[in-house]
Amino acid sequence: MQLSKSKKIGALLATATCTLLNAGAQAQETKSENDWQFDTAILYYGETDRVSLLEGVISATKDFGDQHILNTKLVIDSLTGASATGAVSQPYAQTFSRPSGNGQYTTSPNELPLDDTFRDTRLALSANWTQTVYQDTRINVGGNVSREYDYLSVGANVSAEKDFYNKNTTALFGLSYQFDSIDPVGGRPIPLSTMVVNNGQFGTGDAGEEAFEATFDQTRINGSDDKSTVDALFGLTQIINRRMILQLNYSYSNSSGYLNDPYKLLSLVNENGETQSILHENRPDSRAKHSVYAQTKYAFDNAIADVSYRFATDDWDIQSHTIDSRLRYKLTETDYIQPHVRFYQQSEADFYRPFLNEDEALPSIASADYRLGEMTAITLGLKYGHKMNNGHEWGVRAEYYQQDPKNAGFENIGVLATQDLYPSVKAFILQFNYNF
Amino acid sequence: MNINKIPIIKKPTKKASTKLFSAFCIVTALQLGGCANLGVQPWERDLLAKDEMALNADAVDIGLDEHIYFSKEGTSGGRSFAGGGCGCN
Repeated sequence: MQLSKSKKIGALLATATCTLLNAGAQAQETKSENDWQFDTAILYYGETDRVSLLEGVISATKDFGDQHILNTKLVIDSLTGASATGAVSQPYAQTFSRPSGNGQYTTSPNELPLDDTFRDTRLALSANWTQTVYQDTRINVGGNVSREYDYLSVGANVSAEKDFYNKNTTALFGLSYQFDSIDPVGGRPIPLSTMVVNNGQFGTGDAGEEAFEATFDQTRINGSDDKSTVDALFGLTQIINRRMILQLNYSYSNSSGYLNDPYKLLSLVNENGETQSILHENRPDSRAKHSVYAQTKYAFDNAIADVSYRFATDDWDIQSHTIDSRLRYKLTETDYIQPHVRFYQQSEADFYRPFLNEDEALPSIASADYRLGEMTAITLGLKYGHKMNNGHEWGVRAEYYQQDPKNAGFENIGVLATQDLYPSVKAFILQFNYNF
Repeated sequence: MNINKIPIIKKPTKKASTKLFSAFCIVTALQLGGCANLGVQPWERDLLAKDEMALNADAVDIGLDEHIYFSKEGTSGGRSFAGGGCGCN
């Protein structure tokens, strides 16, 4: 009796084990469909003598089947180094107050003023959900939040896309809203106010320091300010033939609010090009941008070409052209190399001034940020990728990025003729990817 | 026949080349819209279905690149939403 009971239990256990194992095997088979797909990367970006950045990304995607897809992404980056302030170099040393008002930094003769106090860590999270809502129509909703020491950005986006003509044509319409809040170190500088520098004119000791601080504070507005950005995106994707796909986008973006960079400066010079004072920049409080973007991919037998072009224009009068191309060349069934070439050209904003001349009327808006000036930039890169036996992939990418700011027709008066006002920025990028 | 009415072939003016360009755009748009000769049948999607043929293949690389260019250049976006996002220096 006892034996027969044990036998029964044994049989039950065996059945249960078999059922579990079977279920396990089934789960194994469907694992590839239901598992998370992780795409990770770590990137180093380093400019010669300027900013360096270390950035890590974890992107996780899960396909719940039936075109229900969730993507979440975490980005952490750490920025250190020096950034061009916008002030011009001079044949003599220059002293600037730090943005916080605590301390000073001095640049050598003929040296471009760089503020070396930048040290920031950014954490960004985003999530996107895509699902089919009706036959060939999908919607995508997403949200993102990004936090830095002095900056908070929160946004949401929604888009709908629909397939036509046997899924050969896809039309997309999307909207996004982004709210950014900035609380600069030391407060927001009053636009075009003169930087207060303690050159001993406030006296010595604590009394001198207090007098300096009181004067410095008069050029600052405490508390945060914000900007909001609304984007609209119209997209059309067309399959041309078995080997070629084409995408055309038009996008409109409208930002309003605090669009200044609180850390950027302008030199006010005399007729001999000598700096008389340093001002804080002032940009317009709104910006409307339009861009047209076209991308095509073509599958050769052993390679895939990816070429895109973007034209952008805005009411700050910046027009830009960008050509980006990648060629993914298959070396073996598991390995590829991918050269990358990108060319960028922009015209200057209508309020861009490399410096201000005290003999001329002071404009109400002006910025010497070279990123708003005329420039060209080129990127050259190479990526190598390998797919392992277990299906995981890794890749390594090295790129060189060079910006060449240009003089947009401003006369280098007096001593400025001896200065390099438009130095190139050279950066090296190294990235490692691992997908599993 | 009045010989004066025979059009003289001359170098296209700027206006003419603009018209030519407009005509080209219209023809291209009609072709795209009509899709008469464009597209594939479902069984011809072998190459297009590959992951690396997706328009947003290498999305992580593109995201990192866009962050760099957003921080260093005067314009951003185009591929997707430009947005705000960072007080990049």
